[in-house]
Amino acid sequence: MSDVTTRRAKKTAQGPYGAVGKALGELDDRLGVAKGGRTFLDKVFPDHWSFMLGEIALYSFVVLLVTGVFLTLYYIPSQAIVTYRGSYLPLYGQHVTEAFASSVNLSFAVRAGLLMRQMHHWATDIFVGAIVVHMARVFFTGAFRRPRELNWTIGTTLLILAIVNGFLGYSLPDDLVSGTGIRIAYSILLSVPLVGTYLAFFIFGGNFPGTDIIPRFFILHVLIVPGIIITLVTVHMILLVRQKHTQFPGEGRTEKNVVGAPMFPVFMAKTTGFLFLVAGVIALLGAFAQINPIWQFGPYDASRISYAVQPDWYMGFLDGALRIFPAWSFHSFGYTIPLEVTIPAVIFPGLLFNVIMIWPAIERRFTKDYAEHNLLDRPSNRPKRTAAGVAVLAFVAMLFIASSTDVIANFFHVSLNTVLWAMRVLVLISPFIAYPLTYRICKEMQGVRGAGKRKTANVVTRTVEGEYVAEPAPAYVDDVADDLEPTEVPRFIDEPEAPAPESGVRIIER
Amino acid sequence: MSESIEHRTPVEIAGLAADDPHLQPAARNPLLVERVIAVLFLVGLILVVGFGYCYWVDAAAWTLGATMGGGLFFLGLGLVAWGKYLMPRGPFVEQRHEMASDQETRDAFAAAIVERGGGVIKRRKLLGGLLGGGLGAFGVVAIFPLLRSLGPLPKDTLFHTDWRPGSYLVGIDGRRVHVGDLAVGSLLTVYPEGTEYTDRGQAVDQTVLIRISNENFVTQKGRESWGPHGYLAYSKVCTHLGCPVGLYEQQLQLLVCPCHQSMFDVTNGAIPNFGPAPRPLPQLPLYVDSAGYLRSQSDYHTAIGPGFWERS
Repeated sequence: MSDVTTRRAKKTAQGPYGAVGKALGELDDRLGVAKGGRTFLDKVFPDHWSFMLGEIALYSFVVLLVTGVFLTLYYIPSQAIVTYRGSYLPLYGQHVTEAFASSVNLSFAVRAGLLMRQMHHWATDIFVGAIVVHMARVFFTGAFRRPRELNWTIGTTLLILAIVNGFLGYSLPDDLVSGTGIRIAYSILLSVPLVGTYLAFFIFGGNFPGTDIIPRFFILHVLIVPGIIITLVTVHMILLVRQKHTQFPGEGRTEKNVVGAPMFPVFMAKTTGFLFLVAGVIALLGAFAQINPIWQFGPYDASRISYAVQPDWYMGFLDGALRIFPAWSFHSFGYTIPLEVTIPAVIFPGLLFNVIMIWPAIERRFTKDYAEHNLLDRPSNRPKRTAAGVAVLAFVAMLFIASSTDVIANFFHVSLNTVLWAMRVLVLISPFIAYPLTYRICKEMQGVRGAGKRKTANVVTRTVEGEYVAEPAPAYVDDVADDLEPTEVPRFIDEPEAPAPESGVRIIER
Repeated sequence: MSESIEHRTPVEIAGLAADDPHLQPAARNPLLVERVIAVLFLVGLILVVGFGYCYWVDAAAWTLGATMGGGLFFLGLGLVAWGKYLMPRGPFVEQRHEMASDQETRDAFAAAIVERGGGVIKRRKLLGGLLGGGLGAFGVVAIFPLLRSLGPLPKDTLFHTDWRPGSYLVGIDGRRVHVGDLAVGSLLTVYPEGTEYTDRGQAVDQTVLIRISNENFVTQKGRESWGPHGYLAYSKVCTHLGCPVGLYEQQLQLLVCPCHQSMFDVTNGAIPNFGPAPRPLPQLPLYVDSAGYLRSQSDYHTAIGPGFWERS
């Protein structure tokens, strides 16, 4: 009895919100967090399934950090030769590098080591994939437009860093397949005109393979590149919070507001749950889908090779470009420019990522649209942008397929020659087919009322008199969107001279 | 149904009464949803405990992943469902604020940089110049360690291998190759004796030895003595990107690189006839000594491997 009284008295002394309220008060006394904190908790997140793609990238990165820290505890970044005396008998007694031996040991001798390694590898593949799909979403809905150009640039940089770090990590076990990848990377460095040999010698500490590259890749992979990635992800998030989310047009949604669920507790519950879902799926993949069984490939030996050597998927487009590019080497004045390597492996990816990075500026030049956009486009309403994006994706996808020419030839029993020429032709014509096709489809979709929207059911009810009445069910909130005020009609890229005067879109004549 | 549409009009979350319909759960039957979520959490909890058990008894790797992954998955599913169905249904609205400040603030900001700060520098041009010069020089000097510490200069290392006049050809096991060792149509990877276990031997000196016939074989003009007893030796480093050219297609007499499918004609000086490799594989001139062992006449006459700027 007295116990209850004292507890109640204590609670009253702490104010209406108890111990939490008191602690927050103490914090606010010193840091003044109450106002900003409340605003942050009230922050509204719009709801659309496609906004989840970036979250997949973020959370697979979290999984990467956690599993990666685990792996560093057991991995030894050294190319010193040791005799393998672990539990995997086919390798027993072989001379292998410490990097390879420790990778095999952490898979077999460390509890949960194999699971962590496989999760780490799966998480990488998912990380890069989620970034690509997230970027496609941002691209096709026009979310990169003013004021978010800077965040688009940061995102593109993150994609490049993710690919680079994926390659670095893939190289660390020093197995036969990844070692071949390092060899190819060395040759690509060599191919850079003028400074290529210096570049390769400085990065590798001498002629290939040397003994420096695994320790150097290790420190890049676990410290330097992830450090940059974490910094850029943080800036990416800060910009997102500062500029607020984009949203699709819909009831009550304007350029000047955000409609959705509050940060706390709704969004926080959903997004934390989603973190668990992503981590759970990656763990299940790590448990049931074998990936990169390095003990089967064996240790790297520069004079050995395996059949059907393919890199991880995100390097596929580069490998494909290297395969199908013709043998055009340039020799003159006693110098060589190995164009057969420089163009597909240096110039092409440089060009591709630069175009992606400055796309917001390119599009602005064509549309003369300098206005701020917080409402997203339907991809079909922007046929030219959508077609351009699909054309680039088709081109890169064909290059990706071209990285399997030998497997395709083997599988379909056609000659390698035929497959190679077919891929050369397909790579070159695919954008020219994809662009007009996408453009046409977009135009058709514009003409069809309700295209791309969910169909609503007819609700049939029976009245008391026994009469049946069919009424269309109310449309989904998101789908009534375009017809409602105050949604602004997006201006189409191909009709820049016909803006709605009261649309609030500023036109700047140049 | 009309009721739910009415409540779909978004409102500001701040200052809503506790019984506002926007703050009610989204689910039509919250009790049922609560039970379903409870089951999800329970399954997740059991799996997470199972993970601890599997880890403790050192069970198979897949059981660790299955319990951990399953546990996280069910907990996550429950949490998402909680957020989606049992928390305030909304929708809520928040106003955006214009990023741009008013002109006065902007001008004051720019003035502080250009006039206050810039003025200080303009008045003391010498100091600014010296400081800039010092930092600039440091930037240049800081590049030196990058150039001189990271690795040696290439010099002419890319033009040479360890093959010398008279080097014995040995296999990976270190055994010297005798003229009677290979049958016609077979192949062996060889190294100059003493390098077979070294990284450099494997990466740079690796050579593919093919016996193509029993008689001397001439692959090109000027290479009359290079293929004694039908033994031909080519650099195994692909001239495209440096992969080992490890596939020998015996019927067509082709060496195939498994990485990017360049093909080299063995009978004709390993000239590439398919794929992205631009140059033939350099051929190693061989001879058979009096004891019948295969040895190299000299190093390769051209630089092996992929292209680079200094290669003529």
